[in-house]
Amino acid sequence: MKKRSWMTLGIVLAFLATALLTGCSSKEGGEGNDANGDSPSKAGSALSGIKSRGKLVVGVKYDTKLFGLKDPASGNVEGFDVDIAKALAKEILGDDTKIELKEVTSKTRIPMLNNNDIDMIVATMTITEERKKEVDFSDVYFKAGQSLLVKKGSPIKSINDIKKGTKVLAVKGSTSVDNIKAKVPDATILEFDNYQDAFNALKAGQGDTLTTDNAILYGMAVQDPNYEVVGEPFTDEPYGIAIKKGATDLLNSVNEGLKKLHDSGEYDKIYEKWIGKGE
Amino acid sequence: MPDISIFMDYFGIYMKGFSNTIWASVIALLGSFALGTIIAVFRISSVKPLRWIGTAYVEFVRNIPLLLVVFVFYYGLPSLGVTLSGFVCGTVGLMVYTASFVAEAIRAGIMSIPSGQTEAARASGLTYMQTMRHVVLPQAIKIVIPPLSNQFINLVKNSSILGVFAGFDLMYYGDQVASKTYATFDTYIFVAALYLVLTLPLSFAALQLERRLAKNG
Repeated sequence: MKKRSWMTLGIVLAFLATALLTGCSSKEGGEGNDANGDSPSKAGSALSGIKSRGKLVVGVKYDTKLFGLKDPASGNVEGFDVDIAKALAKEILGDDTKIELKEVTSKTRIPMLNNNDIDMIVATMTITEERKKEVDFSDVYFKAGQSLLVKKGSPIKSINDIKKGTKVLAVKGSTSVDNIKAKVPDATILEFDNYQDAFNALKAGQGDTLTTDNAILYGMAVQDPNYEVVGEPFTDEPYGIAIKKGATDLLNSVNEGLKKLHDSGEYDKIYEKWIGKGE
Repeated sequence: MPDISIFMDYFGIYMKGFSNTIWASVIALLGSFALGTIIAVFRISSVKPLRWIGTAYVEFVRNIPLLLVVFVFYYGLPSLGVTLSGFVCGTVGLMVYTASFVAEAIRAGIMSIPSGQTEAARASGLTYMQTMRHVVLPQAIKIVIPPLSNQFINLVKNSSILGVFAGFDLMYYGDQVASKTYATFDTYIFVAALYLVLTLPLSFAALQLERRLAKNG
């Protein structure tokens, strides 16, 4: 009998703890928007938190050829973003294996960062003014621009060939959608959950062209040579590494790390390994 | 407390999705009811090939995920030269999928009427159709309504599959709003509320119908 009452007490305590924890975290989320209050002290521990944990947790794409792609055979996630993230882990923690990769999508990455699920986002993420309100960005680590992918022989040769009723495929939550809407307001835009679905839709003839950053499109063109990237990029979309707002020390060490990678030639090696092939 | 301003700011977008979800649900509901009834009749038919077709349909369609059913319509049909929009593929897929469950519900209802009644009706000179119409179906419908209303509520919720195939439904636009505002949780609270606006009256209507039929029975 006594044992049982202890158990009951334990369960009640566990519930209370859960309630308290969720209460705290939701409060934190609410304050995230006007971060200036108490976050510097919290943020100041971001870097030391990573160091004491001994592991950098990075959100990368799992579905994006050349940048972050999970190889179904080996289970490894590989790409430009992944190599940059590993190189940064080496700069920050001295070892490029002290890293944990987590899958993010354009839709989930900011909520995951702000929920402390990940330390940083290295996931083909364009630096925009609107996103700067939600997260902090590192220096530019890749210069991308939006372009068009079409089936070889398509009448679409550039952005000027997109007319009213042209079906343009894109990914939900990406800047590409806003850009194409601004350039051609009466084009029909079909949005998908990820690049693979959007590319499949293009292959199935559900749309006339697929638009997103050129780097990603080159990856698709490598995957299926029946498709090609046409026209000059019509936007300037620098990729940045996103870090939770106010984590200044982490941001600084990421920027330092990036600079070292450029100076040592490591960056060029990674660039050539992934992007060089797609061009 | 969810931030109501999200709902107000994107009201037009929410409503666009909401109306498409209603259209898809209504079309798929009527379609799956008709198709499901035909399949159920096939399954209990005394003609063997019809029975086989009915069984094959039910076992094949209900045992694969809805996502893949729609997948076939959206990505597969174009290779046969038929390209249909995400809305059409989603709605037809939903109809085809739900029909298999509807067929089973209807079949179960009909089977629950003791065969002695059918035999007696046939012996007293009624044709097969007359037996169905005057003896079996009026009783079966009462048994069928609860599982059937279950299926239709599921159908309304399952219509969110359109969002995956650019079908312009509530979930599709919900995703858009979420990715614009970054207020993922708040955005989907309103999406959920709009689904409830559709499903709760459906539940309620089914309950009322059940009660009325019980009284008249």
